[in-house]
Amino acid sequence: MDWYPLYNSLRIAAISTVAVFFLGLFFAYYIARLPRLLKGALDVLLTLPLVLPPTVVGWLLLLLLGPRHPLGAWAMNVFGIRLVMTWWSAVFATIAVSFPLMYRTARGAFESFDSTLADAGRTLGLSNSYIFWRIRMPYCRQGILAGMVLAFARALGEYGATSMVAGYTPGKTATISTTVYQLWRTNDDAGALRWVLVNIAISAVFLLSINLLESRERRTRRGGAPA
Amino acid sequence: MSLIVDIQKQLGDFSLQAAFQAETELLALLGASGCGKSVTLKCIAGILKPDAGHIELDGRVLFDSAARVCLPPQQRNVGYLFQQYALFPNMTVRQNVAVAVRDRSRRDAETEELLRRFRLSDTADKRPRQLSGGQQQRAALARILASRPAAILLDEPFSALDSYLKYQLELELLDTLEHFTGPVLWVTHDRGEAWRNCRRVCVLDGGRSEPVVSMEELFRAPGTESAARLSGCKNYVTIRPDGDRITVPDWNLSLSCGRPVPPDAVRAGICSHHVRMAAGGEINQIPCTVARVIDDVFGKIVLLRPVGAGPDAPLLRMELSKELWNARPDTRSLTVTVAPEHILLLK
Repeated sequence: MDWYPLYNSLRIAAISTVAVFFLGLFFAYYIARLPRLLKGALDVLLTLPLVLPPTVVGWLLLLLLGPRHPLGAWAMNVFGIRLVMTWWSAVFATIAVSFPLMYRTARGAFESFDSTLADAGRTLGLSNSYIFWRIRMPYCRQGILAGMVLAFARALGEYGATSMVAGYTPGKTATISTTVYQLWRTNDDAGALRWVLVNIAISAVFLLSINLLESRERRTRRGGAPA
Repeated sequence: MSLIVDIQKQLGDFSLQAAFQAETELLALLGASGCGKSVTLKCIAGILKPDAGHIELDGRVLFDSAARVCLPPQQRNVGYLFQQYALFPNMTVRQNVAVAVRDRSRRDAETEELLRRFRLSDTADKRPRQLSGGQQQRAALARILASRPAAILLDEPFSALDSYLKYQLELELLDTLEHFTGPVLWVTHDRGEAWRNCRRVCVLDGGRSEPVVSMEELFRAPGTESAARLSGCKNYVTIRPDGDRITVPDWNLSLSCGRPVPPDAVRAGICSHHVRMAAGGEINQIPCTVARVIDDVFGKIVLLRPVGAGPDAPLLRMELSKELWNARPDTRSLTVTVAPEHILLLK
């Protein structure tokens, strides 16, 4: 059995999770401080990929990254690279689709943060970045971890946008989800079943860890609400 | 060493106008809840930005709307004791204190010194939520002193504690602050707490600060009804000035004040413990019927209706010892007296 799709899926999901971690934190942190109207508008825009069909997201991404479209043409002219139909093109798709999950969970976690802790830190002379990474992040750790796990799981299972932006090339852009589709299309039910089982196993592990994180968070909240 | 504050801030429907100056002293900011005490402290610390005004600490301008100066909290050097202490829950007590030491080369030495001084050495490796309320407050104070503030703001320092603990911690806090040279603002709604710890007081009423006065002056001549309420006075009636006397329409009587009554006095306040049983021969005698007797912990609270009072008139509250009350043969009527100097004339 050729394990390339597993390897490819895992690296795409890992890279996009790292990207989404920083993007999600950044937007969750700064959008909370914007004026109400702008906040509402941006919130809708950033959550949209969660509810749009992945094919719509894929189509919009092609509109941006395709070789005859602005960003794609620019990358081709300046760096001589094609932004679509490579293995890492799928990262664009998975980022777009999993970003809202990270953004929303991080925002929820930040909203539960006791802001007097940040105020206390500032009056004690601690820098804003120290307060963010050493006080706010540890406080919100469980929620942010849960967001990352969700984003990773979503990236791993992404099919629609990925197949449009990266296509299916065995040994190059094939992921677990596109491979399952390809095997089914070619009547290789046994092959499809193998990948389906692999996928179910990975997803089950992730959902279990989400549940563990959430119950731990509930316990710490109940046990000792930080004063 | 002085802290000069003169600020305005609008928060929704609430508007704050606070102006006062604190020297190297404990200055009480006394006010009912929702009067803007915490907002004032937050503006001084830089957590909130006033709309206009000027804040100066030891000649350093912290905020000035005209000169467009607004230092971030990190540069203000103002220690802030939060109501719930705001200890960092993810750090140990030692780490909580250590992060506030600004001079890194002396961090360990100063931290240990402060932990010793605040009797926290044994609990230094615990998390804040494992500490008692008193230990948490000591840890928060140690952390504030570690940052070497030029002024300290105490936001209702005992609101999170029960009354026995409160009494003990008050003594401790006073000891700690004795070694501190700089202005300390002590925000409270408790007149007793202010009286025991501060010599001067600034009353905040509905977002407006009144001139700073000595504690004695606040109790002797509060000036306004809200200041009188904060000083613990419980009886208020509407009055009409009449030379050296006041007329009380609600009670249908006239009382001597022993001094000229200012023409703008519209209310009078009488503290419950200044209402005495008349022995005969006093200037202000008020014959009353007893409306209600309430059994208090250490005495009796007697609500009296002056004989000429209408049905809706405010009752006169007096407090006296149980022995004194129980020794009375007649518990249905009583003639009381108020010394002229104990009638507070209020605007």
